[in-house]
Amino acid sequence: MIGSSAANAFFPHRHLLGIEALSPTEIERLLDLADSYANLPKDDERARKLLRGRTVINLFFETSTRTSTSFELAAKRLGGDVITMSVGTSSIKKGETLLDTAMTLNAMKPDVMVVRHSESGAVNLLSQKVDGSVINAGDGRHEHPTQALLDALTIRRRLGKLDGLLVAICGDILHSRVARSNIHLLTKMGARVRVIAPLTLLPSNIDRMGVEVFTDMRKGLKDVDIVMMLRLQLERMQGAYVPSTREYFRFYGLDYDKLAAAKPDALIMHPGPMNRGVEIDSEVADDINRSVIREQVEMGVAVRMACLDALTRNLTGNQ
Amino acid sequence: MTPPPSAPAKPPRRQDRPLALVNARIVDPASNRDEPGGVLVDNGIIQEIGARVTRASAPENAEILDCRGQVLAPGLIDMRVQLREPGEEHKETIATASLAAAAGGVTSMVCLPNTEPIIDDVAGVEFIARRARETKRAKIYCYGALTQGLEGKDLVEMALLADSGALGFTDGIKATGDVQVMRRALTYARSFDLLVIQHPEDPRLAAGGAMNNGELSTRLGLPGIPAYAEVMMIERDLHLVRGSGARYHAAHISTAAAVEAIRKAKQEGLRVTCDTAPPYFSLNENEIGDYRTFAKLSPPLRGESDRRAIAAGLADGVIDCIASDHAPHDVESKRVPFAQAEAGIVGLETLLPISLEPHHKGAMSLLAALRCLTARPADILGLPQGRLSKGAPADMVLIDLDRPHKIDVAKFRSKSKNSPYDGRPVQGCVLKTFVDGRLVYSLEGER
Repeated sequence: MIGSSAANAFFPHRHLLGIEALSPTEIERLLDLADSYANLPKDDERARKLLRGRTVINLFFETSTRTSTSFELAAKRLGGDVITMSVGTSSIKKGETLLDTAMTLNAMKPDVMVVRHSESGAVNLLSQKVDGSVINAGDGRHEHPTQALLDALTIRRRLGKLDGLLVAICGDILHSRVARSNIHLLTKMGARVRVIAPLTLLPSNIDRMGVEVFTDMRKGLKDVDIVMMLRLQLERMQGAYVPSTREYFRFYGLDYDKLAAAKPDALIMHPGPMNRGVEIDSEVADDINRSVIREQVEMGVAVRMACLDALTRNLTGNQ
Repeated sequence: MTPPPSAPAKPPRRQDRPLALVNARIVDPASNRDEPGGVLVDNGIIQEIGARVTRASAPENAEILDCRGQVLAPGLIDMRVQLREPGEEHKETIATASLAAAAGGVTSMVCLPNTEPIIDDVAGVEFIARRARETKRAKIYCYGALTQGLEGKDLVEMALLADSGALGFTDGIKATGDVQVMRRALTYARSFDLLVIQHPEDPRLAAGGAMNNGELSTRLGLPGIPAYAEVMMIERDLHLVRGSGARYHAAHISTAAAVEAIRKAKQEGLRVTCDTAPPYFSLNENEIGDYRTFAKLSPPLRGESDRRAIAAGLADGVIDCIASDHAPHDVESKRVPFAQAEAGIVGLETLLPISLEPHHKGAMSLLAALRCLTARPADILGLPQGRLSKGAPADMVLIDLDRPHKIDVAKFRSKSKNSPYDGRPVQGCVLKTFVDGRLVYSLEGER
């Protein structure tokens, strides 16, 4: 469908560092491509040729199971050679810097490096020093673009569109890269976004990113099409940002009572891993009619296949 | 207190010949002099100044330098630098910093005590004084730590350190956060009329912060430091200054609120002074862009309205001085994720051209701009230099006020190159620098 001469125009970026730099057209293309992979049988032979001979290194400076597994699977389904490295921050403390690690791996000539790091901007920094493409698998509180794409794909497959939807993102916005990437993506694609949290969990001037701010969850959920819950890390709930888990669940945990304010068929999303009984009631999380949490994970593989495919089309030496 | 002994302990070796700088535009903020004339130097001391000093009137054996109408001003006094020696000589040494100072027109500088070991005892002050004597290109002084080990708990031997030459006391790049410690420090300092210098930033509010708090920190996902962390510390300290009567200096102020707090304190008659550094009136937080660690400073670069307020505070005189806040860092301290990067920039070689920007924009007279770099810091620190007057040390700088050039970090003499100004077009450059009448830098000699 897309000839090699038009390959660069398909996704004119060497790296995928964030949603902020993408145009709506580019997002649309990635979603369409991911959609096609979602429909493909997992042993499709044509797909297996796309990354043949390509090396993908998953470089995780922060622990992760679902994201690294999802990338690994995506690369394998496209026929690529993939290795996953979990570089604990401890080895960094031994003296090797982020860039030393990156340069060492770069010397092994990977075509794509998938990188997660606990510091905002670390993946951008690394991308400036390596030869291949870099995919940001989450940097600090900054961006997590593939998560936003898989969320968007999940919504689009359920509701057929993004434009005009009303989406509420609830919880720890302050520390969340998922929230930032989703805000960028959804607002670019014409959705209206609300953020709901106590003010201690909202960063300054978040309204300048084009969202409406609510501290009252019932008001914030009124008539929304989508409820996106965020994970709240337990250590942040013992007096630092929120007085207690109990109080948090009472006012900001998603249960059927609060969910009643949303549209009757509103979808429930969560990037995982969930704290059941903290930010989300167990029953709500498992509600097969409303919760699309499992689909999100499923779409994760398709989205990452699309991202790997799109970026490697730009690399030289591809047939 | 005894006069600062960091100036060469022995009088400089008698020069063979007197030096007559003629046909200059003499700009001396201390006397408000801006007029054509010359300066006659003998034995490192200014002997004569003004229109009387000409080629014809100079002593027969004098060496004559025709300044061709260029600006001759007192050498700059940089009241806040970090020299990294002892302890971090891979970033900077007293020798390399002195080369940088001479090239930047800085003839005196005062270093912070945050070296390794920390300057919190007489031996530390004497080490700096000894290295300073060996370095002929600039006069180097130091501040003593305010608290032992910069730990913010126990006072250092302030009077003994002052006797050894410490010009003031500060915990350097750390705020003295404990209010009771600060109260005692100011009260004790008052007994000897010593200067206490604060890095005004509430340490708890600043903890973990990487940049100014606001929309940009939200977008970049970086932890922010609220701008009010600065004024809160200043206002707290002002109560202690009022109570103690001590001399207090707020370093590198960066916010509109801080300017207003200092303005009120001065109106009230408190013995309060402050400085800022070039980044705070020439750059704003947008400089960080895509995580540029060279734009990471402490205090952080602020929003545009604060930048304007700092520029206005300089123009109306509430801000006394401009200091370079010279903070050399090697590449490895900056080539890391933003939050992990060290804060600070090298500033000795950009201090003058950036400080001339408000003048070139018409916001400050040349006298006012240079006063912030010469007479004011000299007065606050109690130094005899910083002025062109009979009997003063002949520390001078010859400036081509208008020459346009681009800042090029590759040419810096400083060992570290961490500057956000690389490539910035500026106007004005140092032609020659003199310390005690000795030529320590010449632009032409560089070629």
